Amino acid sequence: MVRYVARQFLLSLAVLVAVSIVGFVLLRASGDLAQRVAGAEATAADVARIRVSYGLDKSLPVQYLEWGQRAVSGDLGRSLFFPENVSTLIAQRLPITLGLGALGLGAALLIGLPLGTLSALRPNGLFDRAVLTIAVLGQAMPPFWLGLLLIIFFGLNLGWLPVSGSSSWQNLVMPTAVLAIATMPTIMRLTRSGMIDQLRADYVRTARAKGLKPLSVVVKHALRNALIPVVAIAAVQLGALVGGSVVLETVFGIQGLGYLAWESINRADYPVVQAVVLVLGGFYCLLTFVSDMLHAFLDPRLREQ
Amino acid sequence: MTTTTVSESQPVLSVRDLHVRLPHRAGIVHAVRGVSFDLQRGETVCIVGESGCGKSMSAMAILNLLPRGAKREAGAVSFLGEDVLNAGERRMSELRGDKIGMIFQEPLTALNPSLTVGEQLMEVFRRHRPARKGEARERALEMLGQVGIPNPSERMSQYPHQLSGGLRQRVVIAMALMCEPIMIIADEPTTALDVTIQAQILRLLIDLKDRFGLALLLITHDLAVASRVADRIVVMYAGEVVEEAETSAFFAAPRHPYARGLIGCLPSAQAHGSGAPLQIIPGTVPSLIGEMRGCAFRERCPEAEPVCRETIALRDLGGRRARCVHAGLAEALA
Repeated sequence: MVRYVARQFLLSLAVLVAVSIVGFVLLRASGDLAQRVAGAEATAADVARIRVSYGLDKSLPVQYLEWGQRAVSGDLGRSLFFPENVSTLIAQRLPITLGLGALGLGAALLIGLPLGTLSALRPNGLFDRAVLTIAVLGQAMPPFWLGLLLIIFFGLNLGWLPVSGSSSWQNLVMPTAVLAIATMPTIMRLTRSGMIDQLRADYVRTARAKGLKPLSVVVKHALRNALIPVVAIAAVQLGALVGGSVVLETVFGIQGLGYLAWESINRADYPVVQAVVLVLGGFYCLLTFVSDMLHAFLDPRLREQ
Repeated sequence: MTTTTVSESQPVLSVRDLHVRLPHRAGIVHAVRGVSFDLQRGETVCIVGESGCGKSMSAMAILNLLPRGAKREAGAVSFLGEDVLNAGERRMSELRGDKIGMIFQEPLTALNPSLTVGEQLMEVFRRHRPARKGEARERALEMLGQVGIPNPSERMSQYPHQLSGGLRQRVVIAMALMCEPIMIIADEPTTALDVTIQAQILRLLIDLKDRFGLALLLITHDLAVASRVADRIVVMYAGEVVEEAETSAFFAAPRHPYARGLIGCLPSAQAHGSGAPLQIIPGTVPSLIGEMRGCAFRERCPEAEPVCRETIALRDLGGRRARCVHAGLAEALA
């Protein structure tokens, strides 16, 4: 078990380093950063001065190693626009993005688990087909488009909810709904297929042969086993939600990490962009790692290996 | 009549004209065709027959545990005089695990992989008795001891995969005994185990049956097992009972050609060291889809005659029954 944990951890770390390198290189491949920071009207001398003072004249590996060294010690550099340094910025914005992701995932689990379980009780029945139709619709709709539709309907036509911003809880209703609708189908389908398998298992027959009540057979026996992969996937999904926050936060004008990334990309605030890529990548790796651990912990057969 | 007053002569289980039909791609499979038998108090009845003959289906039908889509019909199924055919699932679930214990073939898959042994034992007791957790735990420990599991308290917190096959089957047996049942239905309880473990588990079953005065309905394809355990043997073929007799009478002179064939297949029935190849019954079991006319065994029977195409009733031969036109011969001559 210790060896397994150590191996998964090192693997996550390696992925994170790879992500940071790719982000770093792509940012520099997107154009001359010194030119973009200096602006279109800057003289060649200004551009050259900025290049030297920001260290952009050095070779890529040297730049990466210098940045990486500071990042490891917690210094993510200074923003070119915000007065705060990058670490402070991220510390301010991260909770909003994480909170939104957790809300979305929570709602998806709350809806997806019961729907998946009920569908599995009568596969291909009327209820199952109806739920599957909704799930396919939810999965097929791009979140940003669904977000715009919600804004038009609930924000503009009905005027029930604020269209943009992150000042009150009402601002979170629509983005949470979008995240939930995008994530719920995965949870629902995984629960459904897991439950169909588990309900066919011999131990379910044993549970019925013991005279246990239907609720106990379904929830205590079958669902417990069907949930193991669902919980693992849910952790990965949270990583995907946080990583995908750029689009959604931009649509709803929520001042989270994704919005910060979008802003900073637009004005070549490259220290912020680098740091956001690192943090989002880090969260994705962390949650994938947590997912592996949860899977191993929940399944007694894996726990002791 | 209430279930608590049981006269000595009343059978624990009485099944009359049981039918099971299952939907299948090629049509409706008529898997159990008019099965009838009784199980008396403290008696062991073995239902024998090759796989697919309907023996497990019969047991599942009695317990209302048939797979989805399967339909049962019967003249009557009664348990301790109570009509359980029309009792409904609610009443059946009260009896299952309480008065009726069930033992399955695969001890690994029959146990829930993510619940501890203790939890799986205690939950039966708490379902059927108004017991606190402590009492259920004591009972579980006691039963683990009864089935010969060393260090019961240690085993309680373990998961099924941490136990060997033999121990798992002992756990399944302990589970069936938690509520002091009157009847145990054991479906191939030794088939999935190593030969040495098979003998141990079989001995344990016989032992427990005597200790608790259980009526045991044992389903097996293994006549050698049946010969060691059974008071009475019921032979099934293609969904029908083809012979029923006391064990000693059955092995002394089986009346149905299929039963004779089965006994002939036993290695012990053939001369040891003679080098003679094992006997086999030629041919295969007929399709169970749709209705069948005449003797189901006639295609494989060495004694088949034109008359075997007619419907053959189960003949009463005085204390035993057989479904064969030739079956009355020995009795008639005697």
